[in-house]
Amino acid sequence: MSNHRRIQVSESNDVTVIRFVDRKILDEANIQELGQELFQLVEQDRRPKIVLNFTDVEFLSSAALGKLITMDKKAKQHGSQIILTNIRPEIYEVFAITKLNRLFNIKDDEADALAVF
Amino acid sequence: MTAGDPVWRLETSLASRLGAHLSLTAQIASTLQAHGWCENEIFGIQLALEECLTNAVRHGNKEDDAKRVHVRCEISGRRFWAEIRDEGSGFRPEQVPDPTEEENLTAVGGRGILLIRSYMTDVTYNEHGNCVTLLKVRQNPGRTPAK
Repeated sequence: MSNHRRIQVSESNDVTVIRFVDRKILDEANIQELGQELFQLVEQDRRPKIVLNFTDVEFLSSAALGKLITMDKKAKQHGSQIILTNIRPEIYEVFAITKLNRLFNIKDDEADALAVF
Repeated sequence: MTAGDPVWRLETSLASRLGAHLSLTAQIASTLQAHGWCENEIFGIQLALEECLTNAVRHGNKEDDAKRVHVRCEISGRRFWAEIRDEGSGFRPEQVPDPTEEENLTAVGGRGILLIRSYMTDVTYNEHGNCVTLLKVRQNPGRTPAK
């Protein structure tokens, strides 16, 4: 296990739940670091089921969306499933405008995500 | 708010370093809040500014220390206006692929311009392609302001 600076990782059976440390995912250096920590979950740790809980996230830029898309690609390569949850309406609108709500599996909350797994 | 509201004006330039704009966008957000703009309106303006300023630094000035990003901004209770100009060679926004097309949906980049246009009333680029002007006019300036 490595130390994470941009995410908090918890586990429940075979499901990994991720929460984001930054309320505003903006700073370029932080976004790079966030990307590496997310990619590690699928590439090195090979976690099969991942919930990305956005409850603490108030703002994110398109650069952060890029990291989520790359993570999704890597997850598909490694057979991991990712579900996004607890996205506040303003952030969900960003996913809707970019039509990324069609790319990602998005559920209201963790309980809904766990039911899918 | 009324048309007679005072207009807040800013003119500055930023270093071509990613993150150099963060205090400016925070200042603009708090100014919008002080002028009675709603949280979701401020969210959209901040996002548009974030994308414009990041584009100017990364794609316009290519993080060249010798170049600056020039910003002008005006805020009133019903109108947000900003001009962001870099010192790069410019680009043609119409040549950026539509990120919502099926074949582009998994592309890592290319969403900034779409987001900028989505949250603004009007967005214009100069002919050279190195200067973008943003305008947002509030439709309901009497709504509950941000907390």
